[in-house]
This record gives sequence, structure tokens and C-alpha cells, in this order.
Amino acid sequence: MTIKFSKDHEWINAADANAAVVGITVHAQDALGDVVFVDLPEVGALFAQGEVAGVVESVKAAADVYMPVAGEIVEVNEALRADPSLANSDPLNTGWFFKVKLSDASQLDALLDEATYADFAKNA
Amino acid sequence: MSAPAAVPLLTTPLNALHTELGARMVPFAGYSMPVQYPSGLMAEHQHTRQAAGLFDVSHMGQLKLVGPDAAAAFESLMPVDVIDLPVGKQRYGLLLNDAGGIIDDLMFFRVAQSEIFVIVNGACKVGDIAHIQARIGQRCEVIPMPDQALLALQGPQAVTALSRLAPGIEKLVFMTGGNYTIAGCDCFVTRSGYTGEDGFEISVPAAQADTLARALLAQPEVKPIGLGARNSLRLEAGLCLYGNDIDTTTTPVEAAIGWALQKVRRTGGARAGGFPGADTVLAQLDNPASLTRKRVGLIALERVPVREHTELHSLDGQKIGEVTSGLLGPTIDKPVAMGYVLPAHAALGTRVNAIVRGKAVPMEVSAMPFVPTNYFRG
Repeated sequence: MTIKFSKDHEWINAADANAAVVGITVHAQDALGDVVFVDLPEVGALFAQGEVAGVVESVKAAADVYMPVAGEIVEVNEALRADPSLANSDPLNTGWFFKVKLSDASQLDALLDEATYADFAKNA
Repeated sequence: MSAPAAVPLLTTPLNALHTELGARMVPFAGYSMPVQYPSGLMAEHQHTRQAAGLFDVSHMGQLKLVGPDAAAAFESLMPVDVIDLPVGKQRYGLLLNDAGGIIDDLMFFRVAQSEIFVIVNGACKVGDIAHIQARIGQRCEVIPMPDQALLALQGPQAVTALSRLAPGIEKLVFMTGGNYTIAGCDCFVTRSGYTGEDGFEISVPAAQADTLARALLAQPEVKPIGLGARNSLRLEAGLCLYGNDIDTTTTPVEAAIGWALQKVRRTGGARAGGFPGADTVLAQLDNPASLTRKRVGLIALERVPVREHTELHSLDGQKIGEVTSGLLGPTIDKPVAMGYVLPAHAALGTRVNAIVRGKAVPMEVSAMPFVPTNYFRG
């Protein structure tokens, strides 16, 4: 299973469809600057694709974190809540935001692969 | 604050240097300005508090008022004491409209008995100059200085760095200034700034600005700092950002900057009133109970940033005001804000709720500055 990317600059690793991992991209954290706060969803909350599930804030700006696919939140990253700078230092690994149980795995197909996202982000 | 898309952005004389330093440029007050450099806002903020930061503030407006009547004329536009400001000293001032609202806040310096140097906000400078020209252009010469750049060197080690290039400059105290040659450049320097730290503001001919900036950046204490950190530094220092915290709809009394109104211009003073909006402003000063809102500092009791335009509620759920600036203060390491509240909720220690994404974040009305200032008063 490869990682997919949304045009809202999130990544999702759906190796486990019952606990797909979601975070923000390197490009997103770079655009935001030093992350000082994250607002994470409640475990058990249900979201449609594209709904706002969280917030990530730097000193200068706040940005919404959108659901790249529909699903139920099964876990949130408490380590990130405690140390939001993980979103800058390790956005693709320890800086993950939440895990989601997919409602419709076919929604993954419409997301971008790494090369397509890299092109998209370059022009963002 | 950004310029309309159709209008090309202006650049400062340091534009090439910003690019060379890897700055991220954003539109601000009609100019392309560095919001941060590669080290990032947080590191830039901390560097300024601990060492020395160099800011390009060349977007700000510089002008001179010249003539024997210049001080008296300028005083007729502001609720502050201009006439008695000694030569060689600087003061904070406010241009008011006829309703007592703030057209702009500014710094002015008495160069000579008949010459005043003024620095105004970049976004306001065109309107300010037109206003000054219209109101007092018959009484003194109003001379815009568009060919001057403005650099700020701020932080506890600013004096170490600058006195290496200009020995003797360390003798200046807060809110004084003079002419200095620095790295071969013809500079007018004041010991002041907008970060809460000791530091200097340096007016220099645009053609020499790049040379001066490179000479300052060559000092081991000095790093370039963007507008992002300038904003977090000024907010921690409790200083207003024009357009956010004060504007034409706020009076100096509502904005809690009555300290800028010297006694001589207040009721009972030798030169009381005589400025635009005096009736309104003096009535508010004389009868604080008449105020309908007041600017306060706020510290969040949870680690949730509270940003501009966030509604403020009383503990029983009534809307009592709004945040005008807010962020997580990098030095205080807490979310700090300023905003306007009903006077009944303005006392220090009052608890209020900020409504962030529908959730109440408890805040406490707190004294400003949030971080102690570090001015050099000699």
C-alpha cells in the first residue's frame, strides 16, 4: 500500500483500512511555519470526505485539516497534541494527526499519488 | 492589508538582499516584504529577544515638517505635546480625525526647533501625508522622504553590534537620536523600536541601504528578521498594530493609550484640547464611565491560540467584545491577545471566554506588556 495525497495537502496511509493514518505534508508544514497548536477530532467522530476534522496552527496562521476520505476517527496522536512541532520535524511519521476507519475505500482512488502531488504542490 | 491584485507591488531597496537571504515574500502595505527567512518565525523571534535582529521597515513613511511654526502646527493634529519636546528627543503620537478616531499612530523626533522628523505606518502614509498637507500645509513645509529606507536593529545585543560600527552610539538613551556615519552610510539613528527590546531605528538613503544592511548582518549578533516575528514581538510587548488594534473607529481612550496624551493637552492643562476630536477624547478621559469599550490584554488559560476577530463572551454567555490581535507568544509561551471588551469586564484578573471554533477558551484580562520591556533609559 502506498501513501496517497489530497489537494488540501494531507497524506493518508491506508495499509490498514480500519486504521488509515492521516497527516499533513512536508509542503503544508513548510507553508505554515512553526506549528504551535493542533486541534484533533474526538475518537468515534464520523466525517464525510472533505469535512474539517482538525486545525493546525503556526504563530502566524491557522489552517483546517480536512478529511481526505470519509470515515470514523479511531485514534488521535496525543504525542502531537503535546508537542505540535512534530508536524514540522517529522510530518510523515511521528507527526501524524489521526487514524480513520474508511467508510469507502474506493475514495482513495481519486487521491493523488506521490509524483502527481509533488507536481501539484510545486505549483500551489 | 494586501494591495489589490491589479496594482503591482512596490519593493524596498533591500529587495535583492531579501531574495538572496531566502526570504519568503508577502504583500504588505502595498510592498513585497519578507514575512520570514529560512530559520523561521519562532527562531527569529527568539533571536531578537536574545541577541539582535535586523528588520527592513522601509515600507513605512518618512517625512519632515519644517518651519518656525512646525511644532505648533503638528500639535494641532494630535492630542500630544509637540511644542515642549526638546530637540534631540523622540515621542509617540497619534493623528486623530474630527470624531477622535485614530487616523494613524506615529513616532516624531525634534531635529531642531523648527524641524520635526516623522515616521508613519506604511499602509497609512499616503493618506497621512495628504491629511497633514491639507490641515497644516499652510503653516509649515510638509516634505515626504520617499528616497529614505528604514532599518530596525532590535534586541539586547543591538547596541553591541551597532557600537562596533559607530563608536559612541551606545550613549544614546531610549527615545533619543542623532546623525551617525555607519559603514560609510549617512544615517539618522534613534534608540527606539517596536519589539519591546532595546534597539535602534536607522533612516538611511535608499541608495546606501543595501551596504548598511550587509554591514549590520556581518556582525555576529545580527540575523535578518521578517514581519512575522515583528508581529509576535510587538504583541508580546503590548504594542498596537494599526489596522488591527486601533483604527479610525477607536479613540485613544478606548484604545487605552491615554499614557500618550500628556497632561498639558488634557482638561486643565495649559494647552488643553485644540486637536481634532478633542471634545470626544477629553470627555472620555474626564468621565471614564462614559466609555463603551476598552482595549485590554488577554492570556488564555488553555494552550489554544486565540486570533483576531474571535468573539469574547462573559462567563454567563453574553458577547462582550472581540479580539483584535492574538497568537501563541513565543517568549511567554502562552496564547496572548488584545481586544476590546465592555468596561465592566476590563479589570485585570477578569475571566472571559473566547469562542474558538464554537468552544469556549477561558482567558484572563492581563497587564501588558506580556513580556517585560528592555528599553535602555541610561
